[in-house]
Amino acid sequence: MDLLSFGKTGWGDELLYATLMTIAVSITSMLIGFLFCLIFTPLKLSNNKFLKFIGNSYTTVIRGVPELLVIYLFFFGGSGALMYVASIFGYFEYIEINAFITGSVAIGIISGAYSTEVFRGAIQSIDKGQFEAAKVLGVSKFAQFYKIIFPQMLRLAIPNLSNVWQITLKDTSLISVTGLVEIMRQSYIAAGSTRDPLFFYCFAAVLYLMLTFLSMKLINRLEVKYSRGF
Amino acid sequence: MDFDLMITSLPKLLNAAVITLKLLSASLIIGLFIGFLFAVLRLSKNPFINKFAYGYSYLFRGTPLLVQIFIIYYGLGQIEWLRSTFLWVILKEPYWCAIIAFALNTGAYTSEILRSAFQTIKPGIIEAGKSLGISNKIILYKIQIPVAIRQSLPAYGNEIILMMKGTSLASTVTLMDITGVAKHIVSTTYKPLEVFFLAGGIYLFMTFIIHNLIKYLEKKYSFQ
Amino acid sequence: MNIFKKTILTILASLFLIGNVYADKIKIGTEGAYPPWNSKDASGALIGFEVELANELCAIMNHECTIVEQDWDGMIPALLMRKFDVIMAGMSITAERQKTITFSQGYADEVAALAVMKGSSLEGMSTPAGISLSKPNSDAKKALKTIKAALTGKTVCTQTGTIHQNFLESGDVGKVNVRTYKTQDEVNLDLVAGRCDVALAAAVAFTDYAEKSGKPVVLVGPTFSGGAFGNGVGVGMRQGGENTIGKRDAQLLKDFNKAINKARKQGIISKLAIKHFGFDASM
Repeated sequence: MDLLSFGKTGWGDELLYATLMTIAVSITSMLIGFLFCLIFTPLKLSNNKFLKFIGNSYTTVIRGVPELLVIYLFFFGGSGALMYVASIFGYFEYIEINAFITGSVAIGIISGAYSTEVFRGAIQSIDKGQFEAAKVLGVSKFAQFYKIIFPQMLRLAIPNLSNVWQITLKDTSLISVTGLVEIMRQSYIAAGSTRDPLFFYCFAAVLYLMLTFLSMKLINRLEVKYSRGF
Repeated sequence: MDFDLMITSLPKLLNAAVITLKLLSASLIIGLFIGFLFAVLRLSKNPFINKFAYGYSYLFRGTPLLVQIFIIYYGLGQIEWLRSTFLWVILKEPYWCAIIAFALNTGAYTSEILRSAFQTIKPGIIEAGKSLGISNKIILYKIQIPVAIRQSLPAYGNEIILMMKGTSLASTVTLMDITGVAKHIVSTTYKPLEVFFLAGGIYLFMTFIIHNLIKYLEKKYSFQ
Repeated sequence: MNIFKKTILTILASLFLIGNVYADKIKIGTEGAYPPWNSKDASGALIGFEVELANELCAIMNHECTIVEQDWDGMIPALLMRKFDVIMAGMSITAERQKTITFSQGYADEVAALAVMKGSSLEGMSTPAGISLSKPNSDAKKALKTIKAALTGKTVCTQTGTIHQNFLESGDVGKVNVRTYKTQDEVNLDLVAGRCDVALAAAVAFTDYAEKSGKPVVLVGPTFSGGAFGNGVGVGMRQGGENTIGKRDAQLLKDFNKAINKARKQGIISKLAIKHFGFDASM
């Protein structure tokens, strides 16, 4: 057990830091995913065939290709693509994207594809009558959406979004291949250094289980709050 | 865009696709058995069996597949006495370690899918069967199981696709599946975009086929 | 620049850490996972033969250097992307690598060898102590035949993207079942676990592992050099070019070559080699 102690010889403090990093990346990725939803959910719901195609391509491609591949592509190609874009503006220096941002955006793209589907399904399940009633009230389009449609959509979406959260949380283990020090990477380093892979990988599993457990508890609370009838 | 590289890489990637499909089918078949077993265990009235099955499902759904593979491949390989048993013949090979990890993982998700499908069968159907005087056993075989299978098709189709993506993790334990071969090509040619696009395209194509296959099965077996 | 370009650039700049720009600062990339060439100590700091050599060379060149860690399989892409300026990671000078990057003169020899666990059937292979594959003489060819026969049907493990992998896949030892791993450490682990019958890497990598872990790993067969194994280890750099970066890279090449010459004359390389390898591996 003293392998886990804090301080110089124990790995406890490194693993704690790694757990915090995992949480940070997961949250950031979920949020980045939501940003993608802002763009792609309307695209998928649009009547325009071309826009719909773009929206559908995003979700189909990202959900149909292994996450590892998306991360590799992003990691190996990301810097290069970004530098290409920057060079158009006349900036030729090396741009270093720190590992946290790269990892979060990569997972964010994946998380966003799943979230987009969730929001789309949620909006489409709202009774058409709600949309008509909202229009009839005569308030602005923004208020229509924000005050009437949005709360209902959230209530329908939360159970599925909790699934997306679990997926995102577990997908963060894949950014270990890019070198970002989260739970998986730190366990890998510790296992290599102490030559005790069994202990550290099992402990990593325990850490993830704790995170899933806590997430479930928190999300249940959220669900209760949002299911209050209206 | 180096199209020449894409053309020369394609046959290598397609060969690797065979390995991916082998991994996928073996994992799904074994996983299906495990799934059925644990679904039944979950529906049992005995609290110990019930909790045990729930624990298994929670363990494998709550941890990343990568952790599971590493524990089975690296963790088990560390245990000295294990290396002297006959099990080592299987665990020595990364191919079987990967399949074991994948099967256990998909088994957990499949058990959940089947369990919820069983539990949401409309009671009316079962009552109708009972009122016709059909024995419980036949109700199970001729009514419950087919209905449950039909109801799980969409979710299970999803699971097949998720598993196919999961096989890419076999590349982390030295197996040369599509992702593994793609990485190898990139490591010698330094052209990640072209190679990974091609690899992604192959996976996408397989997703497309699986998706349409499931849709076809759904239509064919719909009762309504 | 119009306001549009300005906002885009501000967003880009605010999201990313901009790496080193110019002048006397040189970034050196190393793996940190290939002892005794380069590795990490308990606190995570980079140590090893090349780390110390890098610091010596930078002192001679009067440049400020930082040493950066990079996974082996992304080493050359990272160099090309200008994540760092030079590679000092036990990377051998090979014709294939010289297609994409350039090397300084070699500073140390890296001989490769096969390794097995004590008690393996491959122990006691009768071959000369060392063979060179650049111009294989009859002894070398005979040795290759012996090895080929010994390796048939065996599983050989090595690190991905290395000269060792190239050699195994070249056909010089026939068709072998090659398994590649991300790091040398994983190769060692599976060799000890019995998943590999034999492994191929730098001879010192195995002796270092045997010493530090206490596991009975022994070298078998001859030491290899030349041919697919390249011509010594050098400092990897981007190929020079016409633009500002290219000119700077070309200058770096000249500076490093001068520094290596000086270090060799002053006996620094030999001293460090003996300290880390136990023998003078300098070129």
